[in-house]
Amino acid sequence: MSESNTPRQENEVEPERPETLDDEVVLDVALDTADGAMAPSVIPATSQGGQIPHAAGGSVFRQIVTGNAMVSVLSVLLAIVLGGILMAVTNPKVAETAGYFFAQPGDMLTEVFRPYVALVQGSIFNWAGADAAAQLYPITETLTVSTPLILAGLGVALAFRAGLFNIGAQGQIIFGALFGAYVGFTWHLPFLVHLLLVIVAGFVGGAVWGGVVGLLKARTGAHEVIVTIMLNYIANFLLLFLLTTPAFQRKGSTNPISPFLDQSALFPELLGPQFRLHAGFLLAVLATVFVWWLLKRSTLGFEFRAVGANQSAARTAGINVPRAVILVMALAGALAGLAGIAQVSGTEKYLSGGVAASIGFDAITVALLGRSTPWGTFFAGLLFGAFRAGGVAMQAETQTPIDIVLVIQSLIVLFIAAPPLVRAIFGLNPRKKKKATGGPGSGSIPSGKLESGAATA
Amino acid sequence: MKLELKGITKRFGSLVANDHIDLVVEPGQVHCLLGENGAGKSTLMNVLYGLYDPSDGEILVDGKPVVFKGPGDAMAAGIGMVHQHFMLIPVFTVAENVALGNEATKAAGFLNLDETRRRISEISKQYGFHVDPDALVEDLPVGVQQRVEIIKALVRDAEVLILDEPTAVLTPQETDELLDIIRQLKAAGKSIVFISHKLREVKEISDIITVIRRGKVVGSADPSASPTELASAMVGRAVSLTLEKKPAQPGEATFKVRNLTVVDHNGQHVVDGLSFDIAKGEVLAIAGVQGNGQTELTEAILGVQQHVTGSIVLDDVELLGKSVKQVLSAGVGFVPEDRKIDGLVGTFSISENMILDLYDKPPFAQGIGMKPALIASHAEKKVEEFDVRTPSIDVAVGTLSGGNQQKVVLARELSRPLRLFIASQPTRGLDVGSIEFVHKRVIAERDNGTPVMIVSTELDEVLELADRIAVLYRGKLVGIVPAGTSRDVLGLMMAGVPEHEAELTAHKTLEGGTHV
Amino acid sequence: MSTTTTQPGGGTPAGNAPASPGKTGATELVSWKAGIGLSLLAILGTVLFGFMSNSKSAGFGIAEAANEAASSVAALVTFVLALLLSVGLGYLWFVRRRSGLASGSGTVPGWLPASTVAAVVVLGLAALGVAKVSKITLPSAAIGWIAAVILLGLAGYTVYLTQAKKSAPRWVGGTFAAVFLIGFMVWIVAGGNGDEPSISLAGLIAGSVTLAVPLVFGSLSGVLCERVGVVNIAIEGQLLLGAFSAAVVATVTHNVYAGLVAAAVAGTLVSLVLAVVSIKYLVNQIIVGVVLNVLISGLTSFLFSTLLTADPDGLNKPGRLPPVDIPFLSDIPIIGPILFHQSLVGYLMYIAVIVVYLGLFHTKWGLRVRAVGEHPQAADTVGINVNRTRFWNVLMGGAIAGIGGSFFTLVSVDAFSKDMSGGRGYIALAALIFGRWNPIGAFLAALLFGFADNLQSVITIIGSPVPSQFMAMLPYALTVFAVAGLVGRSRPPAASGIPYVKG
Repeated sequence: MSESNTPRQENEVEPERPETLDDEVVLDVALDTADGAMAPSVIPATSQGGQIPHAAGGSVFRQIVTGNAMVSVLSVLLAIVLGGILMAVTNPKVAETAGYFFAQPGDMLTEVFRPYVALVQGSIFNWAGADAAAQLYPITETLTVSTPLILAGLGVALAFRAGLFNIGAQGQIIFGALFGAYVGFTWHLPFLVHLLLVIVAGFVGGAVWGGVVGLLKARTGAHEVIVTIMLNYIANFLLLFLLTTPAFQRKGSTNPISPFLDQSALFPELLGPQFRLHAGFLLAVLATVFVWWLLKRSTLGFEFRAVGANQSAARTAGINVPRAVILVMALAGALAGLAGIAQVSGTEKYLSGGVAASIGFDAITVALLGRSTPWGTFFAGLLFGAFRAGGVAMQAETQTPIDIVLVIQSLIVLFIAAPPLVRAIFGLNPRKKKKATGGPGSGSIPSGKLESGAATA
Repeated sequence: MKLELKGITKRFGSLVANDHIDLVVEPGQVHCLLGENGAGKSTLMNVLYGLYDPSDGEILVDGKPVVFKGPGDAMAAGIGMVHQHFMLIPVFTVAENVALGNEATKAAGFLNLDETRRRISEISKQYGFHVDPDALVEDLPVGVQQRVEIIKALVRDAEVLILDEPTAVLTPQETDELLDIIRQLKAAGKSIVFISHKLREVKEISDIITVIRRGKVVGSADPSASPTELASAMVGRAVSLTLEKKPAQPGEATFKVRNLTVVDHNGQHVVDGLSFDIAKGEVLAIAGVQGNGQTELTEAILGVQQHVTGSIVLDDVELLGKSVKQVLSAGVGFVPEDRKIDGLVGTFSISENMILDLYDKPPFAQGIGMKPALIASHAEKKVEEFDVRTPSIDVAVGTLSGGNQQKVVLARELSRPLRLFIASQPTRGLDVGSIEFVHKRVIAERDNGTPVMIVSTELDEVLELADRIAVLYRGKLVGIVPAGTSRDVLGLMMAGVPEHEAELTAHKTLEGGTHV
Repeated sequence: MSTTTTQPGGGTPAGNAPASPGKTGATELVSWKAGIGLSLLAILGTVLFGFMSNSKSAGFGIAEAANEAASSVAALVTFVLALLLSVGLGYLWFVRRRSGLASGSGTVPGWLPASTVAAVVVLGLAALGVAKVSKITLPSAAIGWIAAVILLGLAGYTVYLTQAKKSAPRWVGGTFAAVFLIGFMVWIVAGGNGDEPSISLAGLIAGSVTLAVPLVFGSLSGVLCERVGVVNIAIEGQLLLGAFSAAVVATVTHNVYAGLVAAAVAGTLVSLVLAVVSIKYLVNQIIVGVVLNVLISGLTSFLFSTLLTADPDGLNKPGRLPPVDIPFLSDIPIIGPILFHQSLVGYLMYIAVIVVYLGLFHTKWGLRVRAVGEHPQAADTVGINVNRTRFWNVLMGGAIAGIGGSFFTLVSVDAFSKDMSGGRGYIALAALIFGRWNPIGAFLAALLFGFADNLQSVITIIGSPVPSQFMAMLPYALTVFAVAGLVGRSRPPAASGIPYVKG
């Protein structure tokens, strides 16, 4: 930035500058909605493109403590604590051991922490394992479970970036799995060719189901939230129906399940047969890189982001908004479709009514936690994958229902979406400080300070 | 009722919007607040109306200090306000809008709209308004909507009426009618606070003028002061009220519009059979009151309007039916009337906004890949050239001031070779410095030999920039007149009176002294 | 003075200048959506009801009265009243229409045709009761072809009108829907097992109303929230927590009414989180709603798996709210058992619909609520506290949805189970949009969805030519059609989903 511009002599009123972190949120919303003229974006204003100078003053320490990274850490912590309390109060053994807490506090604490210990053991490292393979098994399990979460999460996140609230990952996963599985068990081709075709089929399947949403949105203005919710149900019933037809149902089975996919249509195992981790995880990494490139470095991504941030401006600048909407929904659906492939070609190896499990809905929380950035979504997917994988182990080990994972996940997302709430809970709100020292003149920060305060997420 | 403001200060973070402002409004007086855009007039009035808490200072009503926690308190104290952007709910009827917040009710909270209707017709009769209480507000013309706003205040027994830039959306004739209404209100003993940056009206209506600059009262003036005096008090330096420009050197007409008609979703002909040409090196200004088809006209040229018929030819190429991208590629530069909504993506950085319509063109893109380094250096260059005041090119454009935002739009649109330049309301909401900058740039583009079309509802701007003036009324072209045409004639034309009639009438009125 | 003073030279008075809908230069713009949509449906109808019909006949059973004597008296009284009402309303309609046509601008108020049609329907049903008809049998092929011809005719008429640049009158859509429904019902019943398949019409409709109860409550919650400018995706969570709390509290207190109150409180609690996080902390309303649904689903499932399954007798045995007959009214044949044989929750539903409708459109409170949802700045400038209004409305919506949730555990099944709301919160959301943000509209849409839901289970019993999965898909597919076609035109409250930031 050239120095010549720094002396600020605006004779015009500058937009308001935030004084506290709460004001900051207010101003971000005002910026995002063009002062209430447009609907707000799904993604935070700070991760849409431009830097927003946040003038939250104070020491460097204070800025770290009140910054976004800290809020994320605190949100996870808070959710885990709340989850722990919930598990503790519903666990009869905790009540039992609490009776003699002062005599033997260790008993109760062990009981309180037992589920989380099992969760870590089941998701990261099992120190009780007999050999290295058993000790490392949990982390590979986490990566396996994360794979569809990351892929579907990317699909949701991509649509978010274009301003579309894609709740339809569930249906798109089903369609991807449906197309891919069909190619996988009816065609018989050599390895790699077959797998590649399965992947393409899943991509296309998801793209079709996502594209329908985009088409309806672009051509008729139908709200995507409603359409995607409805299409989820339709996809689910269609899957259930198809699994009763000869084309899809396993020969000789009365259950609604498909035949196993050919060996040539499966993702190769990455670490040998004793682990479930398969090459689908590499696909997820590739997809993350692709989405990053798409959003950051491609004209198409620029169009998506512009349409998401301000549709009128995008239209005025010559961007074909309906085309962008259809394309982005098709791509989002395709990514979710790949999650379906990760299921049928990797983890499950056949198609069943429960192929999508709750991945499509978890993907929404994954994308939200990742603030809709590709790598954020990737790591959020890993975190929630760890919760899932560990949750299974926890349920087996301590009989704690895996539903607690849903509670913790949603609390994390809720807290992260509302930084002022978290700060208020931890007493970090700078407003109190302001009130203590607030007097005439104290609020006037020289506006030149803004140059250094351009902090973003 | 006497109203006093003592030492009112309002800060937003580091910014001081109002700095120890003192003001006294006597009963039966029209008190004008004069100041340019962004001087802090509206902030002050929002403090007075209870929408903002003052950081410091006090408000006195009849000598007693009062504290307004919200507009409700202000209204209870007898203060009414007509906002610059009307605060009416479009899908409600007039009666519902007037009742809102002050509802007459029957038992159990059921609305008694008959009572409200009665009050409306009472007030309408007293002041000669013609307002149908059962009309939907969205169907009413702006002038009538403004009357509804005034009725809203009067129904609440307002003694002090604040009018914030009330003439911005009116024709000169409607403005005259409003000034008459103000005189009546004054005669009825009401106090009026009249906020404006238009010297002509201020001089005509006020009893006392207070000039505000950069949040401070810089003095009061007598209505008899000369416009130049008032203007320099307002801006803080000597201003020449006219732009220095060379006479136009019109070349051949390369932009031709023929029989252009735009139909809106209600089946209305919002642009109705327009035909005009613009020659290279001339500025055609489209004058008219807001909402007479200007937006639709520019959007039809850009290609974002549906249901357009007729023909739009630029350099012998038909633009109608082409996509926005094709129109822009044909060399059309376009500054939209609402920069926040249509011109910029507020949350995008300056450098991204600088290429908002060039993102897929070389050198900024090759195939589907973009070139971030080039985009950044382009932005640095343009920020320098157009004097955009910003800490960095990575800052979200929405955090800049209005003037700097408009400079970003101009920088983008003027950064490629143009065959036609269209600017809608190019200086709306800008301070005098930025206005001068924008006007100079527009004239420079004209002198480059580009056909220029300026759409403005500000007669001052039209007169300053235009080489020819086309007046729109209800989507129809009333006439195209030369740059030197008088305000009175233009004003009448903006109300739909054909050119020759307008000239006759304007002449007569001048001879007969003041009108009405 | 007058505002239309000395306007020179015959110029139009400036006072009523632009924007007023001038008669000149207006062109009707008619979308092809309706024409194309109806044509497709008509072709579908022709194929299904006509070409794919069979030779069987379809029977529709009319419920037997519990009390023969009372029933026939009630039927007669209803018949006479309905007759008077139909004639009266019809006459009024006719007169209004004629005077409207004469004055050129007059419009018939919307309630008039609607209530006339309703009165005629009641008249017809009462006539069946008076005549003591117990079953209607219809030849499916003949009815199918007649329906097909009418459908094609109506679609053709619409296309013709569109071509002539006119929009189709409202009765076309209504008649089309009714004929399609009749054709569909006859076709589907005739496709059942047995020589003369039949279903109980009264049972079908009564079941629909019952199934619609939680949908109606849910969509009313949505109406209250969206009308004030807050999008409520959390209806599902409100229903679910309502169901859970109703079950637990009713079991613990041994009092189903306490359970009902607890359900309302639980719904309010969900709303409280929605309101605080989205109104105070300005988090995107859709995000909060979606996340809340996940949270409530996880929470109730967790508590169900831990506490409720450990001690079902002590925590998950709420008992039921018994159905209550309203004297005399419940004796009316067909209508009585459908409308006036409900649980307390069912009657609360009628009350809620009426109260919300009157409240929103005829009271001071409603005027303010709608103002906040349309233009919060304007509401603020007349002294209405925008965020407080939003806050209270969202809480109220939560209470209503919570009561709807109690239906699952106090009326439908007398125990809580995991995720038992089964996505009905989302259907309620669809009903709200289908019903165009209007309580009455939402009520009717919810009835339609309840009907589709019930039809699916009835069809599964008698067997049908359509796989049950497709029947299950129907309400969802219908909603997609609706949001893409019919509802596309109506506009939601302008400020819905946009947080209000002062300044």
